[in-house]
Amino acid sequence: MRTKVGVFDVVNVMIMIGLIVVTLYPFWYMISVSLSDELAVMQGKVSLWPVDFTFGWYEQVFNDPRITIGYRNTIFYTTLGTAIALMVTSMGAFALSQKRMLFRKWIMLAIVFTILFGGGMIPSFLVVKELGILNTPWAMMLPGAVGTFNLLVFRTFFEELPEELFDAGRIDGLKDIGLFLRIVVPLSKPVYAAIGLFSAVGIWNNFYSAILYLRNPDLFPLTMILRDLIIKGTLDAEMATQATVGGDLVTTDALKFATIMVTMLPILLLYPFLQKYFVKGVMLGSIKG
Amino acid sequence: MNDSKYLLLLFLPTALYYLIFEYGPMFGIVVAFKDYNTFAGVWASDWVGLKYFRIFLFENPDFLKLLRNTFLIGVYSLVWGFPAPIVLALFLNELRSNIFKRVVQTVSYLPHFISNVIIVSMIVMFLSPDGGLINKLIGLFGEEPIYFLSKSEMFRTIFVSSGIWQGVGWGTIIYLAALTSVDPHLYEAAELDGAGRWKKMIHVSLPGIVPIIIILLILNIGGLLGTGFEKVFLLYNPMLYETADIFSTYTYRVGLLQGNFSYATAIGVFNGVVGFVLIVLTNYIARKTRETSLW
Repeated sequence: MRTKVGVFDVVNVMIMIGLIVVTLYPFWYMISVSLSDELAVMQGKVSLWPVDFTFGWYEQVFNDPRITIGYRNTIFYTTLGTAIALMVTSMGAFALSQKRMLFRKWIMLAIVFTILFGGGMIPSFLVVKELGILNTPWAMMLPGAVGTFNLLVFRTFFEELPEELFDAGRIDGLKDIGLFLRIVVPLSKPVYAAIGLFSAVGIWNNFYSAILYLRNPDLFPLTMILRDLIIKGTLDAEMATQATVGGDLVTTDALKFATIMVTMLPILLLYPFLQKYFVKGVMLGSIKG
Repeated sequence: MNDSKYLLLLFLPTALYYLIFEYGPMFGIVVAFKDYNTFAGVWASDWVGLKYFRIFLFENPDFLKLLRNTFLIGVYSLVWGFPAPIVLALFLNELRSNIFKRVVQTVSYLPHFISNVIIVSMIVMFLSPDGGLINKLIGLFGEEPIYFLSKSEMFRTIFVSSGIWQGVGWGTIIYLAALTSVDPHLYEAAELDGAGRWKKMIHVSLPGIVPIIIILLILNIGGLLGTGFEKVFLLYNPMLYETADIFSTYTYRVGLLQGNFSYATAIGVFNGVVGFVLIVLTNYIARKTRETSLW
């Protein structure tokens, strides 16, 4: 049943190709520049392909101790933080998915209320401060340990597991904790994957907690390092050049783009897997919103 | 079988999280009504009533600027950013080739996964007057390079357009899902009535997703004043305060940089309460007029 390709289709496909170009070209451009020789970049020769191909900038980035420390910290926060988030959130969601759960309705109401209203930046800061976890790795992992959206996704999934499985488990003498560990967790791998990726990407990208709760540069995640190296550096330099126009200033755009690419690399490599799970997660969440 | 003690045990960490990190700060709001003293802590500090709210609302020359900026950035993001994914979803839905459709989706989701720090790094680099991509393009037309990030009149445009670039693809997910549940008979009926692709899109597809549009609109209007701290904070500089400074960035400077916790909390509370009222109000209006609402 093929209908003829009309003007509508042609225009539509053109729009979509335009969208693809606008989305991908910035990344493509950064990759090209970061793989090019400095002279070629300064002469503005790089636009589509790397000119005078070199890996030098990437070597320089990986030799920068700040980047290495940032990488190490970010990986640590991401792995441990994700593990904590998955454990706490799924346990809580399982409890809330059971109809026997005490005060179930009230607890749900109290949880959903937090989507609408919160204490805000300073009271949150004070809580972290009074807990004594300010300027420690915990400040990067605990304040975001449970995401309400994630909790709802888990709960929805758990609610749909067949009750017969639980009955069978109970006959075999399992209590709730056993049911959860032996039956629910193994059956819920796709949700764990989806939510795990959600929180992993969230922690990997987290800048907010770092700027609020961390002072010690040795604890800085990659996002803080990147901001200091690129955004602050570039803006300061720009304001300086604007004050003294014509002042000679060595900009190594290639190095900066290489730094950005390095920070983005894990996400880009994981992206094909991420995407599929994410969409599933969003769908699951929106069913019962 | 009404024994839920093990369930409560499983729930304990989550309960602690919500009590400490969600409700803790809500009670911490009392700081706004006190003269917070670091050594005395929250509870022992002296009460001062509405003093800080009064100072902020009536004596602070920045108040109107902050209100205007927070409001305008929110409104522009909503006016331009909200319809974008709807339009994209409608057109994506019309693509004949499923493979091509999936390619476009995969590509357009990508920026959603990139952190604000990277997005802003890219913006800063691309807008740079010496050799930035955008200024190179402008140069092709023989124009002088523009110092985008020192011109306050440019800030909102930069913020909103980059926001659309970041979010438009991802925003389509939910609309595309809604579009799959539109009754195919409606398309057949429209076709019998002589409707073309465009007409079907406007008169069948679009009305089919109106309920979900309304729900998302309510959520978005509720979040109007909650415009992300991160991106503004990363993107702005003192030259842009005139248009870029919003409640949350101001709160950060007053609270964390100057250590004025009580005052900063009062500003945050003001913002939070207005946002809360906004969402309750829009929900009410939606329920009265369209009979669709969040609750």
